[in-house]
Amino acid sequence: MESIENVNIFKMQIIAIAGSILLFLFILYLVRKKRIKEEYSLLWIFFGAVFIVFSFWRQGLDYLASLIGVAYPPTAILLILLMAVFIILIQFSIIISRLSETNKTLCQEIGLLKFEIENLKKEIKKPNS
Amino acid sequence: MLSIKYKNIFFVFLPEKKEEKTVGRLIEHIHELYPSYSILVINDSSTDNTQAIVKQKEFCNLINLPQNLGIGGAVQTGFIYAVRNRFSYIVQLDSDGQHNPDDIKKLLDPLIKNESDVTIGSRFCGKGSSYNPGIARKTGINIISFFSWILTGKRITDCTSGFRAYNKEAISFLSEYYPIDYPEPEAIIMLARNSFRLTEVPVLMQKRLAGKSSISFRRGTTYYMFKVVLGMIMTSIRPKTRNHGKH
Repeated sequence: MESIENVNIFKMQIIAIAGSILLFLFILYLVRKKRIKEEYSLLWIFFGAVFIVFSFWRQGLDYLASLIGVAYPPTAILLILLMAVFIILIQFSIIISRLSETNKTLCQEIGLLKFEIENLKKEIKKPNS
Repeated sequence: MLSIKYKNIFFVFLPEKKEEKTVGRLIEHIHELYPSYSILVINDSSTDNTQAIVKQKEFCNLINLPQNLGIGGAVQTGFIYAVRNRFSYIVQLDSDGQHNPDDIKKLLDPLIKNESDVTIGSRFCGKGSSYNPGIARKTGINIISFFSWILTGKRITDCTSGFRAYNKEAISFLSEYYPIDYPEPEAIIMLARNSFRLTEVPVLMQKRLAGKSSISFRRGTTYYMFKVVLGMIMTSIRPKTRNHGKH
């Protein structure tokens, strides 16, 4: 009789492979549809690839875990996942800050331009009246 | 008919909600005192009658921002406008009637005599300052003043005061970068770090005629304090952007 542990790990690996490939394809699909810009998809593609690699190559995960001193290899994958989420979120904060700065500059410029246009209009009307 | 006569001094107001009653009175008061100066009102996309009231007055220029940018973004618009139109001085006042136009002279004098680059109207320095903001507000202001003292070595008693005057150099410096949220204390650090001369001038604050302080000391106090202190610390560890220290 097969041990329950083996069955679970095998299933888990299939799910992990399917999941990471789906994630990877989903990201590529979004980039192809121009829903995500290339420059913002780089981190997603990179970490998607990392997950695919480790879902196929279990020894690699064991090796990585021993390399960074993690006793229980599956924890290493959680570590990578957390790192990926953190890095991507920090990238979001950078992008949001940049967007709010350009948005502010645009608003100021629009305000100033509207003001100038109204003055020009007044000036044009002046000789007629 | 054209109302814009470019003179070398102008005023920035930031009308906010429920301040429409005071804005008109304030503008008229300033115009009586300084009829030849340009007055600029920056409307930070408030939806009240401010716009209509200001538009009636020919001597007054109005810039409407399409989105709400916060005090900092609106004030900076004034700086950019001043740089492009080569103004020599700006006086900045709040539109809630708290700042008395009679004090404008006191703020401008040190700039015109070239004794200072920026003057700040303070409620707390000088004799006979009877202004009592209440314990919570006073504590907050003291904490901010304490930090600005540590970070710049300058004693500024009223870091949050929005009653200020700037000369040309300070205007062009601040038009490049100005903090958005609660900008006043951070601006002090920026200016001091880049060796601008700051002077505090005692002014009498009138009781707010309308509107509310941008600093709500009940809600958002914690956010305000952390944001301001963090902003001040970060500003003080950023590299100086203006190299030629004159003093």
